[in-house]
Amino acid sequence: MAEHTEDHDHGQAHYVKIWAVLLVLLIVSILGPVLAPHLEFGFLKAWMITLMTAFGIAIVKAYLVAANFMHLNIEKKYISYMLATMLMFMLLFFAGTAPDVMKHKGQNWENVAAEAEIERALAAQGEAGHGEHGAEQEAAH
Amino acid sequence: MSMTKPIATTRSATGIPTGKLAVWWVIGSEIVIFGGLLASYIMHRLGHPEWAEYASHTNPWFGGINTFVLLTSSLFAVLAHYAAEHGDGKKAAKWLLATCGGGAIFAGIKAVEWTIEITHGYTITANGFWSFYYTAAGIHALHVIAGCIIMLIIANDARKGLELHRVELIGIYWHFVDIVWIFLFPLLYIAK
Repeated sequence: MAEHTEDHDHGQAHYVKIWAVLLVLLIVSILGPVLAPHLEFGFLKAWMITLMTAFGIAIVKAYLVAANFMHLNIEKKYISYMLATMLMFMLLFFAGTAPDVMKHKGQNWENVAAEAEIERALAAQGEAGHGEHGAEQEAAH
Repeated sequence: MSMTKPIATTRSATGIPTGKLAVWWVIGSEIVIFGGLLASYIMHRLGHPEWAEYASHTNPWFGGINTFVLLTSSLFAVLAHYAAEHGDGKKAAKWLLATCGGGAIFAGIKAVEWTIEITHGYTITANGFWSFYYTAAGIHALHVIAGCIIMLIIANDARKGLELHRVELIGIYWHFVDIVWIFLFPLLYIAK
């Protein structure tokens, strides 16, 4: 019985510890964009620091939750392979469609509508000054 | 009332209990649903320089507090699993209710946030960014609400010491919903 209680406490303490680490990571990801301009040096630019604190930390947080809370670390490998396959599908989808969305013209095509919208929106944002009421003005159009 | 369980409930070719395997497959398909949506958002965000200004109007404090709420509710969910694993149905039910409370706070904060944004003219039809914003966060919020309803049903059984293995199953689902938010948060609130 004593052993059981000890095990019980240890298990719960482990989960609370993981939760505390997750909260620290959350704070870093919120402060990232604020601190980034002060931390840049050499080739390390502010936007790189923001990307790292935003998405790098998101990946670490997701891993901590999946491994410790969802118990993927002790689950049969079959599940990890299955989930990894789904992530691969996602990357495949991205790779297949992203060029058509991220670019607006190619050798034999041009996305006139997207180009016009970017031009219109950027001009509208320029007129609105700092863009404080950008959405209201655009919604009114 | 005692009912014989279907054969599929008790047999297992993978060595994983059938209910748990089913939840993992649900999550596998959810990865494709949310992954497709987020991948689509990312490619549009990168292809449209004008979205940077739109994105600057989201409030990271709402997003940050909601991340804290969901992470904490995930802790409660895993503590519920722990209690269930040790045969304490009553305690598991209490933790599940606490998890559900986290879900309710999350939805409440979202309601306040959206009300402020909509009254400022940032509606789902304002532009492409806000369409993605409401669609992604909205589908996620539906998952939170659905999870809460299922959790209440499971908590009611757990309280009576019934079907305790289901506490782990709803926990796995809840942690996944948490992970989706972990990625939505930097995408919609931080990377501007």
